[in-house]
Amino acid sequence: MSHLSLPSPDLAILQRRNDILKQLKKLVPDAILITDQEGRRTFETDALTAYRCLPLAVVLPESTEEVSAILRFCHENHVKVVPRGAGTSLSGGALPLEDAIVLCLTRMTKVLSIDLTNRVARVEAGITNTGITQAVAAQGFFYAPDPSSQIACTVGGNVATNSGGAHCLKYGVTTNNVLGLRIVLMSGEIVDIGGPSLDAPGYDFLALIVGSEGQFGVVTEVTVRLLKAPEGARPMLLGFDSNEKAGACVAGIIAAGIIPVALEFMDRPAIHVCEHFVAAGYPLDVEALLIVEVEGSEDEIDTLLEKIGEIAEDYHPLVMRRSQSAEESAKIWKGRKAAFGAIGQLSDYYCMDGVIPLSKLPKALDEIGWICRRYRFDVANIFHAGDGNLHPLILYNANDQLQLERVELCGAEILKLCVELGGCLTGEHGVGIEKRELMRVQYSDADLAQQMRVKAAFDPDWLLNPGKVFPLEGIGLQ
Amino acid sequence: MRVGFHAPDTVEELAYLVAEAADTRTPLEVMGRGTKREVGRPVQHGAVISTESLVGIPIYEPSELVLVALAGTPVAQIEQLLAENDQEFPFEPVDLGPVLGFGPGQATIGGVIATNLSGSRRILSGAARDHVLGVQAVNGRGETIRAGGRVMKNVTGYDLARALAGSWGTLAVMTEIAIKVLPAQREVRTVLCFGLADLNGVEALCLALGTPFEVSGTVHLHAELAECFSDQEIANAGASVTAIRVENFPASARYRSSRLKQMLQAYAPALELDTMRSRIFWNEVRALKMFQKTARPLWRISTVPSTAPKLVSSLARKIDVRVLYDWSGGLVWLETPPISDAGAVEIRRTIAEFGGHATLIRAEAQARAGIDVFQPLDPPLMALTASLKRAFDPVGILNPGRMYAGI
Repeated sequence: MSHLSLPSPDLAILQRRNDILKQLKKLVPDAILITDQEGRRTFETDALTAYRCLPLAVVLPESTEEVSAILRFCHENHVKVVPRGAGTSLSGGALPLEDAIVLCLTRMTKVLSIDLTNRVARVEAGITNTGITQAVAAQGFFYAPDPSSQIACTVGGNVATNSGGAHCLKYGVTTNNVLGLRIVLMSGEIVDIGGPSLDAPGYDFLALIVGSEGQFGVVTEVTVRLLKAPEGARPMLLGFDSNEKAGACVAGIIAAGIIPVALEFMDRPAIHVCEHFVAAGYPLDVEALLIVEVEGSEDEIDTLLEKIGEIAEDYHPLVMRRSQSAEESAKIWKGRKAAFGAIGQLSDYYCMDGVIPLSKLPKALDEIGWICRRYRFDVANIFHAGDGNLHPLILYNANDQLQLERVELCGAEILKLCVELGGCLTGEHGVGIEKRELMRVQYSDADLAQQMRVKAAFDPDWLLNPGKVFPLEGIGLQ
Repeated sequence: MRVGFHAPDTVEELAYLVAEAADTRTPLEVMGRGTKREVGRPVQHGAVISTESLVGIPIYEPSELVLVALAGTPVAQIEQLLAENDQEFPFEPVDLGPVLGFGPGQATIGGVIATNLSGSRRILSGAARDHVLGVQAVNGRGETIRAGGRVMKNVTGYDLARALAGSWGTLAVMTEIAIKVLPAQREVRTVLCFGLADLNGVEALCLALGTPFEVSGTVHLHAELAECFSDQEIANAGASVTAIRVENFPASARYRSSRLKQMLQAYAPALELDTMRSRIFWNEVRALKMFQKTARPLWRISTVPSTAPKLVSSLARKIDVRVLYDWSGGLVWLETPPISDAGAVEIRRTIAEFGGHATLIRAEAQARAGIDVFQPLDPPLMALTASLKRAFDPVGILNPGRMYAGI
């Protein structure tokens, strides 16, 4: 693709490539160092596949000490570093640069300690999101943030993007569930932030590092909160003849004092594709579908679903169906979780991630429809309605260069709309390279300059994951 | 810049004053209504800048769970509005006013967020910082900046808004804050055990938190502190008190409290408070009523719950301490006798052994000037702290030295 470019490479670094790699090999002999073209090709992109770039090399360390040695070496030699977990970023956050080393943490997967009495676990950053829950599930505990890519994505990547998920309406996102970090700064310095207790001393560096898109340091260990799994959970389906009614029902449920554990929204195109793909049992004659899930004992679930049903009546649902069995619940969620895959079978799609205030939901969906029609793209909407985090999927043909450019423009218009409605550019995917140039839509130069000064406090030479998050031409710090 | 007290009533004026102070390198004491100004190292300042005239709630959308308030708005005023709409601050901010010689409910929302004060419900719902959605603030250059926004999820750029929580006015002057609120709990039930030793009390609390019943309060306190409660049955028990709270819709809260009582049988739960009595009890915890009678040094210690009783008993061998365990023991409020260093040497030494960190919340200015009020940081973290301070406040005019010397 396309109109977003990466910073021009440092030619001196490219010329010194062999020398740099030789020294690096000597420095960390036990780390895996990938230098051949074919091997590097595996790392040339992330889940924003339209952008590709072969890095100088890829290194996969196995310890914090190795990470520290690599970063110190790169710092001294002025070599840029792109940290990477599983590479599932949808915003190009892990996109390599030609003159950068990719530092991939996927060999650091150990669970270092589990303390169920105090409900915390310390893990290495390369463990997958579900890997944490798997380590404690037998005892009935879980790690709450659940991004759709949770089987593959690493907790280090979750920290970088402050990942959310379908259940974050109740349980919060990554920043609400991380208590401590071990981070290696670009200088090679190892810093411990926070720990197993519920608050950390001094400034809230956890807040800064979570969501910093790998630009402050390389996180090697994470201490997370564990929660006890609920006694049970069950969803219900609510179908409406308009997006407006579904949106109003979401607001009605929350206004009644009920915070469901998940509140998912699908529009007509999304419903049809998912139903066709997994036969989840979704009604096909509705314009909008809500999946509302509540937790608790069987009695509590019945009471809550009944209450939600009563509230929904005010918005004249066409369909109202409580799941009757574990199998039915699993099918309902299978449809939702397979949604992106199902749409991907039909067409290439560009997945947006804007957030809007809940009350603007019907207006936003209406306008998104108009924008896409103007660009002659079909769009399917599947998203976390409870927190206003939209995921319009714009369907296009990735092999058509013209469509590729148009779909980015279309997406940018949708994100600008989200900001105009009082929302923001990204709720959980991150800015990365993708939304870099749109930052000015949301923030003033003074706002961005302040963010860049904070970046410089961690990494004064801007060697960590450069070319992301901020408009490339710069803000003019001084 | 004019020496004295400034309480500008517009953000523009406030930004102008800070810019002027930066130009003239005039150190500023930053505060809301000043109920917590006696916390921290004494600040040597040339002028005071207060947000107390920035009052108002420009946005409140109950169905979106969002409230935007100007920094100087009293917490009590916001809570009244929330209550009218059956909502509340999920983080139940501790009211330090009464233990610091002020009346209750006087703190401003800016002050609560700047000090990241969270109450008992932190174990379930998160800390004050977890509910910050966005801020407008004036940095040490006098520039007005915005960070975050007013929506529930936002990863657009770095999370500067949350990072200002707990920075005690040393990075920027917050002028407006967007906060996530939640529906108020309809029914509150409190299960109480009496006479448990610290170790057993904390064990019972940890057990309760390891259930799926969404326990939202877990405190344990010694008999001599329990006398303070206005609930006579508790005050007259003459024993330590271990209290566990559940909140929800009525049927759920009742079901959950009964299940908890079964699970805690070994600890002999002896009393269950209904909603009314529960509210009174937890409000008194929130106002730290047990520490209001004296002006003795008061510490706030963060540690790991199961470590807390050991830490306290080790300390108790050296100093006569009175203790409230909150967050199952993860937070220890500890009162010491009026000794010259407020017990700092012993407390810091014990914490080094057991793990955790301590902040001195109440002490004479003389004591605060001579010791580290906030937990000293490891050198790498201290270096990062200094860099972050410079990134917001390059000439060091905002509450200089309040948290750490030179910061």
